[in-house]
Amino acid sequence: MDKKIFKYILFDLLRNKFILIYSIILMVMSFSIIYIGHDSSKAVITILNLILFIIPLICLIFGTIHFYNSREFIQFLLTQPVNRKNIFRAEYLALSVSLSLGFLIGVGFPVMLYGLSLSGLYLIVTGISLTFIFTALAFLSSVLNKDKVKGIGLSIIIWLYLTIIFDGLVFLVIYFFNDYPIDRFIIILTSLNPIDLGRILMLLQVDVSALMGFTGATFQKFFGSILGKAVSILFMLLWIILPLFISVRIFKKTNF
Amino acid sequence: MSYGKFKALKGIDLKIEKGQVAALMGPNGSGKSTLLKSILGLVIPESGKILISGTDIKDGYLYRNNVGYMPQIANYPENLKVRELFDIVKDIRNGFKKTDEELIEKFKIHEISEKYFGQLSGGYKQRVTASIAFLFDPEILILDEPTASLDPLSTEIIKTKILETKKKDKLIIISSHIISEMDELAGRIIYLLDGSVKLNLPVKDIKNGSGERLGKAITRVLSKSPKI
Repeated sequence: MDKKIFKYILFDLLRNKFILIYSIILMVMSFSIIYIGHDSSKAVITILNLILFIIPLICLIFGTIHFYNSREFIQFLLTQPVNRKNIFRAEYLALSVSLSLGFLIGVGFPVMLYGLSLSGLYLIVTGISLTFIFTALAFLSSVLNKDKVKGIGLSIIIWLYLTIIFDGLVFLVIYFFNDYPIDRFIIILTSLNPIDLGRILMLLQVDVSALMGFTGATFQKFFGSILGKAVSILFMLLWIILPLFISVRIFKKTNF
Repeated sequence: MSYGKFKALKGIDLKIEKGQVAALMGPNGSGKSTLLKSILGLVIPESGKILISGTDIKDGYLYRNNVGYMPQIANYPENLKVRELFDIVKDIRNGFKKTDEELIEKFKIHEISEKYFGQLSGGYKQRVTASIAFLFDPEILILDEPTASLDPLSTEIIKTKILETKKKDKLIIISSHIISEMDELAGRIIYLLDGSVKLNLPVKDIKNGSGERLGKAITRVLSKSPKI
């Protein structure tokens, strides 16, 4: 990869006020939750529930807008003797790394400051994984649409689907097929939603069965805690690799 | 070649020798930019081949070491410094040969090297773009309406540079609407219409000793052509 391209795209993003505001909002949120709640594991769960909404939204919207804003610069880089794949990789890594840094400062720092131990660490891993996943999805939605408005529209639809509609669908499936052995099916369904995977990974660690919900309970029953965590991390990795793989294939053939 | 459902270029067969300035002309939407972009690999042809010094450009990206490009409008990340952009392009060609910094000096890029692109006007950005296009002394220069957003003084600097570069036995392809400018610079006119080449002649053949202005001469030659 061309390190200088990555480095300076990263610099450009870190100088962007948006990343700063993102960190500050996350930090205010984390500190207030930690201050208000007394139970540290509850605080982690509350922060988790918030970042499960915020990270996908920010990564999708900001990622898509950033890609369209970078179009002319990408075009410039494409006229240089560089491989197309490397330009895409540099753009993706720079954006995911800068958003992850924003998250680390905004959530990781307060959580570590209060010594929330292993569950805090899992929270950070989950947040960073989600950042990489949803930045990949943002880029996928950008390379799929030449038109900016359509690209942002698709990103919003992805967010709505994965945060709201999907849960409703899973609930319906569970409600109607409760009498059947649908455990395996539920696990497959869950792996189709990276947000659910993040939640399960976290809850398997904190071990609050009451908050785990049906999918979480199924996961734990089926895999046990450790294998369950490994499986959810594996699925999350797939959620990074697959969108990127498809995006690069499209990007290589895109006319600029 | 097509953009989505729209065919921008059809059945183009062109061979351009080095050591000249070739002007690519034609109305808006005639395929000038698409042709230039396909030489750069920005647009990928559906069929056909583009050879540079006998090598198919599909075979790799290294040929772009020897191609300089100036788009109509260039935009760079707002929070990137001018110096950093130069750093990137030099790093891309690591082990680059000696650079040609004449334009950097004439355009006084050093004075703005610590500025962010977000602070620069369109004209300044275009000067940076021009400096980079000529920086590595490329064999082929592709200039897409290079003077469109430049002030008269900078335009003069670019024109002089183009003529000097031509003397070094390089190929310069310019797309432009400004006929008077092409009259000064170009040795060959390639006229595109609806994605096909309507005219590809040296300027002296077009004028044919008539002493006309280039614009008039082109119109005369085009009107004789039976295809129109």
